Amino acid sequence: MFGLDKKDTSKLIIVACLALLAPFILNPFPTDSALAQFNAGYPDLMQRFVIFGIFAIGFNILFGLTGYLSFGHAAFLGVGSYSAVWMFKLIGMNVIPAIVLSVIVAGLFALLIGFVSLRRSGIYFSILTLAFAQMSFNLAYSVLTPITNGETGLQLTLEDPRILGVSATADGSIPVTNLFGLEMRSTFELALGPWAFQFNAGYYLCALIMLAAFYLAIRIFRSPFGMMLRAVKSNQQRMNYTGLNTRPYTLAAFVISGMYAGLAGGLMASMDPLAGAERMQWTASGEVVLMTILGGAGTLIGPVLGAGFIKYFENIFSKINDNVLHTWFSFLPDGMEDAVVFIIHPFIGKGWHLTLGILFMLVVIFLPGGLVEGGQRIKGWLSRRKAKDGGKAAGETNPAE
Amino acid sequence: MSNFDASRRRVLKTGAIAGAGVALPTIFTASSAAAFTNEPTGGSVTLGFNVPQTGPYADEGADELRAYELAVEHLNGGGDGGMMNTFSSKALQGNGILGKKVEYVTGDTQTKSDAARASAKSMIEKDGAVMITGGSSSGVAIAVQGLCQEAGVIFMAGLTHSNDTTGKDKKANGFRHFFNGYMSGAALAPVLKNLYGTDRVAYHLTADYTWGWTQEESIAAATEALGWQTVNKVRTPLAATDFSSYIAPVLNSGADVLVLNHYGGNMVNSLTNAVQFGLREKVVNGKNFEIVVPLYSRLMAKGAGENVKGIHGSTNWHWTLQDEGSKAFVKSFGTKYGFPPSQAAHTCYVQTLLYADAVERAGSFNPCAVAEALEGFEFDGMGNGPTLYRAEDHQCFKDVLVVRGKENPTSEFDLLEVVEVTPRAQVEYAPDHPMFAGGNLGSCNPGA
Repeated sequence: MFGLDKKDTSKLIIVACLALLAPFILNPFPTDSALAQFNAGYPDLMQRFVIFGIFAIGFNILFGLTGYLSFGHAAFLGVGSYSAVWMFKLIGMNVIPAIVLSVIVAGLFALLIGFVSLRRSGIYFSILTLAFAQMSFNLAYSVLTPITNGETGLQLTLEDPRILGVSATADGSIPVTNLFGLEMRSTFELALGPWAFQFNAGYYLCALIMLAAFYLAIRIFRSPFGMMLRAVKSNQQRMNYTGLNTRPYTLAAFVISGMYAGLAGGLMASMDPLAGAERMQWTASGEVVLMTILGGAGTLIGPVLGAGFIKYFENIFSKINDNVLHTWFSFLPDGMEDAVVFIIHPFIGKGWHLTLGILFMLVVIFLPGGLVEGGQRIKGWLSRRKAKDGGKAAGETNPAE
Repeated sequence: MSNFDASRRRVLKTGAIAGAGVALPTIFTASSAAAFTNEPTGGSVTLGFNVPQTGPYADEGADELRAYELAVEHLNGGGDGGMMNTFSSKALQGNGILGKKVEYVTGDTQTKSDAARASAKSMIEKDGAVMITGGSSSGVAIAVQGLCQEAGVIFMAGLTHSNDTTGKDKKANGFRHFFNGYMSGAALAPVLKNLYGTDRVAYHLTADYTWGWTQEESIAAATEALGWQTVNKVRTPLAATDFSSYIAPVLNSGADVLVLNHYGGNMVNSLTNAVQFGLREKVVNGKNFEIVVPLYSRLMAKGAGENVKGIHGSTNWHWTLQDEGSKAFVKSFGTKYGFPPSQAAHTCYVQTLLYADAVERAGSFNPCAVAEALEGFEFDGMGNGPTLYRAEDHQCFKDVLVVRGKENPTSEFDLLEVVEVTPRAQVEYAPDHPMFAGGNLGSCNPGA
């Protein structure tokens, strides 16, 4: 289907199903049960899952294929966000021009940074990109305040011109982002018994764009261009000795991945029209590296999983507090309840970094290929067992891409 | 391609189409039956406490959270009632809000606009919070205030000192109890005049972001009105930890007063550097060199230790105040946690009570009704004397404290002494004051 082989098609379909049915998959617990704390099926988090998925897919095109580790990718995300918000301020609240501009601006910015940074490889490349990103962050934070509104972040106001829309709605508020009239924040709630599922217009727009981005990534991975990038990763020197100039290929990969980041930034601003400078900080750049490694660098589906994993911890675990713990363990005798809460306390709330760090270590130590490797091992184990049980020939395990 | 694969694919495809079909109705719905966002329907109401639990302001955030928990306890009738007994409005009964038990959710802003908004959004979308409060940085407060305006819930700002929160970034759904940079300037100027005279040359070191700038602007304007000169304004990066390179030029500039527009860890480091350079022993222009820290807090004084002795600044509230409200609050906070509350804790506690009271008086959780109840509301007994929530910009007007680092602290909490309580009339300004101009409240948004 769509010019993909069987395996890739099924991958695309799996991702499509996960994305489209996310409101169900992420809300497994009834609304008023104690476990509802772990439900992630609300619009904002689902949007973040797919937007950071796009970001990580794009990052993986550079890192997974060419092996160039960029530590400044957040700069492109930030630039995308700023361009999108400026479109909302100047043109109107339709998301299409905003997203298009954010991709273009991020692409140009990536061209500039890539042109300079790609003169070096390895650690020097990483440092150069990190330096550029921190430079962008500091500029956005203070010097460029007229454009970026500094620390506060760029926001919409009632005074914005919005030449193709209205500055303020009839009741005096700022208009909301929309796609030809379909409001990004409009949500349809479906109550099924004790469950409540939320279907959000903005989320589905992001999900569809993510599927398109994923499809494009598959095509790049399988193309001769992708092959060339892999060759750069395995031995760039040899390529150079054979008389091949690798620079255009790596630069193209860098720009494409920058555009992906810009797209993610534009979508973020479309879902929530605000662009803050912290989006460009080095910690944000580090986060996408973590997502990619956690999910499985160089695999197609890994970065999406990694992005979901990290965002889940950031948003769900940081919100568990002692109060919640006490309700969970209230069935235990008093002293024991306090003891259990005391033990769990450092890992929740403000300790979510700690929990995530431990999991990250476990994954890197035991599953160097990331979550994807975990999935493959389970699959391999299941098929081995099946082979033993039925004596049927099991499909050989799939190597990581 | 085997039959099995084709059928599996068909199943998946059908699933996808069904999913898309289910998603379709979103296109036609924008509102539901509720009159406003997250109308509480059961026997409880959820408030969202969004504070920095990690990052540079984590100390303030932890203290804010303690204050919120105390406020919830008091609202639900637990504890000794704290300031509910001294509050001039008697609408609160100690039976929750409008008879509904108060529950709360907490989140981590990480002192980042993005993370703060994500956390506030999850409180609104997932937990059904009808009011969001918190913040320990002006940037975060302004970002979350904007979000609450869009979502249609009330935002009760915590510690935010920038003029912009109720100036150019003010919003109809947002309310601030804390004072601001302009008020600091207006309160400090007369005290500085008495102490250091009218012929001084000031040098500003300013944290390079929105809050620093508005405070620098406010203090420079207030001191220049006294006849002081401002010789230089130097911006320092927020992430800086060593200020030596910024302090050295101060000595050669001819300035005899150093104004540190820094907060939190920045202030602790810059003040320590300045004292280490011996600035305070210097005599310039025939006068003793002085240092001023316009925004002071006890937590900062603790960080800077010995160096704060004799240094002047302003603060919103201090636990040694002897009015009934402050005493009641310090007592119940101290009983529960074993130490006195900070100014951040005070403003957060008061904001929660003010919100609950406004709901009781309005008889509804509807943000528009609550906003109407808060606008122009006059109250007393909350620790700062008679206070007004001004309708034009949703800023509270009350007395401001000028404090000094104590020479002989008696305990680790007794670090500041109140030099003067600047009366409210002296810190008031017109809503269209140039430092606050450019914004627009808009109209209240009930969401839904």
